[in-house]
Amino acid sequence: MSDLRIVDIRKRFGHQEVLKGISFTFEPARVNMIIGPSGCGKSVLIKCMVGLIEPDAGEIYYGTVDFRKATPEQKREILKNLGMLFQSSALFDSMTVKENVAFPMRIFTRSSESEIRDRVSYCLERVGLYGVEDKYPAQLSGGMKRRVGLARAIVLNPKYLFCDEPNSGLDPLTARRIDELIEQITEDFHTTTIVVTHDIRSLQILGDKILFIYDGEAVWRGTREELEGNNLENFPTKLKIFLQASGLYA
Amino acid sequence: MLKPLIQAFEAVGTYVLLLRRTFTGLLKWRLYWQLWTQEFIIIGRDSIFLVAIIAFFVGAVTTVQTAYQLVSPFIPKSTIGAIVSTSSILELAPTITSLVLAGRVGSNIASQIGSMRVSEQIDALEVMGINSATYLILPKLIAGLIAFPVLVIYSCAISHLGGIAAGAFTGSVNPTQFSIGARSFFEDFQVVFMLIKAITFGFIIITVSSYQGYYVRGGALEVGAASTKAVVVSSLMILIADYVLAQLLL
Repeated sequence: MSDLRIVDIRKRFGHQEVLKGISFTFEPARVNMIIGPSGCGKSVLIKCMVGLIEPDAGEIYYGTVDFRKATPEQKREILKNLGMLFQSSALFDSMTVKENVAFPMRIFTRSSESEIRDRVSYCLERVGLYGVEDKYPAQLSGGMKRRVGLARAIVLNPKYLFCDEPNSGLDPLTARRIDELIEQITEDFHTTTIVVTHDIRSLQILGDKILFIYDGEAVWRGTREELEGNNLENFPTKLKIFLQASGLYA
Repeated sequence: MLKPLIQAFEAVGTYVLLLRRTFTGLLKWRLYWQLWTQEFIIIGRDSIFLVAIIAFFVGAVTTVQTAYQLVSPFIPKSTIGAIVSTSSILELAPTITSLVLAGRVGSNIASQIGSMRVSEQIDALEVMGINSATYLILPKLIAGLIAFPVLVIYSCAISHLGGIAAGAFTGSVNPTQFSIGARSFFEDFQVVFMLIKAITFGFIIITVSSYQGYYVRGGALEVGAASTKAVVVSSLMILIADYVLAQLLL
């Protein structure tokens, strides 16, 4: 049984029901994709899972612990095992690249300066960044920021890696490179990776297990093989329209 | 009719809850020491020049205007020194300095925290398991509570210098008469009152501005609006607190 699963997650903002009871079991040490059109509730779901938004109902299990009912110590322990790549990269403007990547280590470990330096160099090399350690986020391109964000997310060797729209706003080539990096990091670090995206092209690289959300509802669950090997007519209408609109599944 | 009242109560409640959160969940002291020194430089050192210019002219103008009003030959010229000195200690140094700092420091804090909110940097801290309120606000508050009294004492001294210089320049009161007057009406409690005001105003500026920045929703436009609101609300609160303290303590 997977150690990460969500059960009947519901969230309402005012009169609008954004998540209508979503349940899903994530594949461990694989890339799990949550796809759907913009505004369907993907980002709200991922934010509920990492504790940034409190859902109205439902359970979020990390192992046997329900995150919503966890004690502060249990929550801290879960969050220590969790890395997140944000849509805007969310790098700290006042810190250099190396300070950004080293930040979680300084907070949560008693590592020496040389250990921190080595780990930061390793993580930056791992995401293909060289010679940018002393630059500030404002001096980096969008793709480079995303890579630094990824390096920071993996610096503590997390068990779970959450990526919120990792390639939005990037040119197609850089976007594919980021997808490949996420795939490689999942393999090398054995992380349970959850990627939220509306970019259907990411499915060509990522996505061992897929959850399709439409209008706050889980419309389809399956694997990439099932998605690619199946006739479009066999899919729910909403997924069919989404796939057709992407142009990849005519 | 009731809606603005409810919103005001909600805002006060949220502000109090934010304050409570600010004092919980401390991480490593070493980390806060670094942040505290950075904030002390921004709030304290970087305000020195501005405070000096304003305090000098406030002292000078008060001297000229007091001399203009005291035209009777029966009133000794040292009275000008007494009035200027007492006004500077009790009101001008703490209040004018704090109103100026509400503009300089308050807007800076609101825009800094607001930018971090809209660019998901605060979310990144939370996902790492860091209490963002403590991490961002507490160092500013500690730095402010130390820097404000220091700046107000400094402002008071410069204001006296401005008064002496203006008196000598216009010939309305010479430095000796000024200092005789200043000393004749001086009481220790005036300095205590000035420091109580400085600490209270510092607390208001830092916490109100942090609150405005912390709860920003939207983008750059909202950050700008929060920055303006931080200055306006802080200034208003300073004036109200000024009256309350005078009523209670004098």
